[in-house]
Amino acid sequence: MVAGPTASGEGSATPPLICARNLTKRFGAFTAVDAIDFEVAPGEAFGFLGPNGAGKTSTMRMIGCVSPVTDGELSVLGMDPAADGPRIRARIGVVPQQDTLDTELTVEDNLVIYGRYFGMKRSEAKRRAAELLDFVQLTDRAGSQVEPLSGGMKRRLSIARSLINRPDLMLLDEPTTGLDPQARHLVWDRLYRLKQRGTTLVLTTHYMDEAEQLCDRLVVMDKARIVAEGSPRQLIERYSTREVTEMRFAPGEQDRLDHQLDDLAERVERLPDRVLLYADDGEAAVVAARERGLQPETVLVRRSTLEDVFLRLTGRSLIE
Amino acid sequence: MTAAIAPTPSTRTPIARPPAPPTEGFLARVAKAYEHQFLLYRRTWRGSLFNSFLSPVLFLLAMGVGLGTYVNRGGGGATLGVPYLVFLAPGLLAATVMQTASFEATFPIMGGFVWQKRYHAMHATPIGPAEIALGQLAWIATRITLVGSIFVLVMVPFGAVQSPLIVLAVPVATLTGLAFATPIAAYAATQKVMTSFNYIFRFAITPLFLFSGAFFPVESLPWFLQPIAWLTPLYHGVALSRSIALGTIAAGPGIALVHLGVLLLYALGGLVLCLIAFQRRLAT
Repeated sequence: MVAGPTASGEGSATPPLICARNLTKRFGAFTAVDAIDFEVAPGEAFGFLGPNGAGKTSTMRMIGCVSPVTDGELSVLGMDPAADGPRIRARIGVVPQQDTLDTELTVEDNLVIYGRYFGMKRSEAKRRAAELLDFVQLTDRAGSQVEPLSGGMKRRLSIARSLINRPDLMLLDEPTTGLDPQARHLVWDRLYRLKQRGTTLVLTTHYMDEAEQLCDRLVVMDKARIVAEGSPRQLIERYSTREVTEMRFAPGEQDRLDHQLDDLAERVERLPDRVLLYADDGEAAVVAARERGLQPETVLVRRSTLEDVFLRLTGRSLIE
Repeated sequence: MTAAIAPTPSTRTPIARPPAPPTEGFLARVAKAYEHQFLLYRRTWRGSLFNSFLSPVLFLLAMGVGLGTYVNRGGGGATLGVPYLVFLAPGLLAATVMQTASFEATFPIMGGFVWQKRYHAMHATPIGPAEIALGQLAWIATRITLVGSIFVLVMVPFGAVQSPLIVLAVPVATLTGLAFATPIAAYAATQKVMTSFNYIFRFAITPLFLFSGAFFPVESLPWFLQPIAWLTPLYHGVALSRSIALGTIAAGPGIALVHLGVLLLYALGGLVLCLIAFQRRLAT
């Protein structure tokens, strides 16, 4: 777990970069975002966690000023998206969930035309494109078409494109979904560098390790609402225990356990194939279970992760 | 995407805000959306220009010269008042431009939303839906003006040009193309799949191409089909283009204004629909 510098919007002198009060998005009768409140401080890396359909992308699109707010208040960079959409968009960089690269243009031209959208001169856009291709390690592909690039390369190109205007705020919607581990780590590394340079990052993800790697602070969304907020460490402390013990029993044996494990941990969760004991001292729980004559086939004691928090808050059933 | 569902009207309260830094003006942003199309054209301009030459050469050869010889021999030239080739060429100019305009307003537009998501990428920048729509339509106007100009150039060696006023038929053809391109683009901006475009071409564009007076006077159509021709833009584009080319416009300037008015009505009405469709599709 990376414990980044915890920049908190509350109580600090700098005004928040994003401020949402009662922020709501409805499509007809369907409520995609239901009266959420949050603030993002300058320089912070802020995450929206949640299962598919929780309202993360709708929230990101409102922040990105491409989706009108239905109700509530939203200010981005101190401006009102309804009145100042183009001005706000001029200062943010967006990496959408699905790449929107122009596959009929070269890698370099994708960046140059994007710079032009932001009012840059051609020569300036070209210079900036070269810098960014270097930053995302795509310099040798500058002249090639976009189509043959791998998923990871396209993602890096999307990130480079979103940086063309030197944004104060980056919006990343599931930046590493679908990438292989090498590509994910390269993307994380680049995002971490941006964060260190002071760029504010707002990202959505359903990868817990990504949230732990990158986010100073995050909110968990479920069914259009925010159900928890804090740093990764705070969330684990609040919603889980220090350690988790996973026990696997021989087939059928788990059903005969009755309540023999219940008092060994703060919380016990029975899954079809294993039992999870949430306790601050996992080893002690194992010893106590063995003293009662229980013989699990395998035992794993691990630290609690955000995934435990996430599953506790949003449930284990599939959302479809 | 939730483009099909209309967002609930906003009831939000405004927030106090400091003055925002300036961005580029509206027209400069339209120019950027246009520039993107220009950049794309750099890849295909050779083939595109070659086709723009080839098509009038083939049509004027087969219809104007080949078929025209028989028409004139049978007294058609006398009935029409000019050799068939001279009658055909200005009408065919408008009809050809209509075809290119219609194509440019279907697949590339839907592709911008669905395949490449080019418009979504633009919208994440200071460029708004109106600028994107206008930039795209301005590009279509450029493309079809090029097609029309090449058509007129090809007419010259065929001897199909009677007066230098023919250059005025090029903007008329462009307006005819836009009378189709803007409403079709508005429709394309609402589509998610391309199957319906085939119906547009099969049941609207191709019949209009054949029966709007380019190849023979509309008066030869059965009486009940003639009013349909009057309602469609191509009839007016063909008639106006031909009256300019043959110099008959001086005899009936009133009817020329009617033609112009119908074309403008279609083009501007389509433009409004297009702006609405782009706004709805992008800002949901």
